[in-house]
Amino acid sequence: MLIEIKDSPFEPYQRLLEYQSDANFAGKYGATAVFVGSMREFNQGDDVTAMSLEHYPGMTEKYLQKISEEADTKWEILDSLIVHRVGEMLPNDPIVLVAVWSAHRAEAFDASRYLMEELKSRAPFWKKESLVEKSRWVEKNT
Amino acid sequence: MSNTVITIKFFASLREDLGQGEAEISEADAKTVLDAWNGATNNMAMPENTLMAVNMDYVEGSHPVKAGDEVAFFPPVTGG
Repeated sequence: MLIEIKDSPFEPYQRLLEYQSDANFAGKYGATAVFVGSMREFNQGDDVTAMSLEHYPGMTEKYLQKISEEADTKWEILDSLIVHRVGEMLPNDPIVLVAVWSAHRAEAFDASRYLMEELKSRAPFWKKESLVEKSRWVEKNT
Repeated sequence: MSNTVITIKFFASLREDLGQGEAEISEADAKTVLDAWNGATNNMAMPENTLMAVNMDYVEGSHPVKAGDEVAFFPPVTGG
């Protein structure tokens, strides 16, 4: 179980490969569910040129750890990984990687969905979008 | 000295609107999280939907505060 906050761009598929190569569950997993969230170039009908992602150092990590432990308790999973960007980013940049490994697919699907939904509603991150002529805080998650 | 102080943090749009990211108030001035808000913002009206945390756990406004606590206020979260 690992959580990481990155203040510079990361490549989710490379990170996934590295993590899985170092993991101690080789041969035990039959399922890996992977979610990657990326920055769009549009939101609410406007062109978005850049985005700034703020977090609450300490509390963000605490809640990502907490939801990872909850998923581990609720489902029979082998491991989970959450990587989330903060700082300045551009359209197409990866924002978040969630991966869950389990023996069978149902647990990996369900636990990864849980991690993403709980991350979005409980982990303290805030997005501020730059539009062509102004910037605005994103007010609610969709 | 420092053990009589409550640290207040503001994030995102609240930090910008208030023009400060961090404040300190005396323990004597706040019994609850809402008291801490009032003390740190000069009784400004709290925006609807403001989330509150004490020592990095979500709480309600009536939650007690004491010296050494870190109290945080922020808008709904929008990560992921």
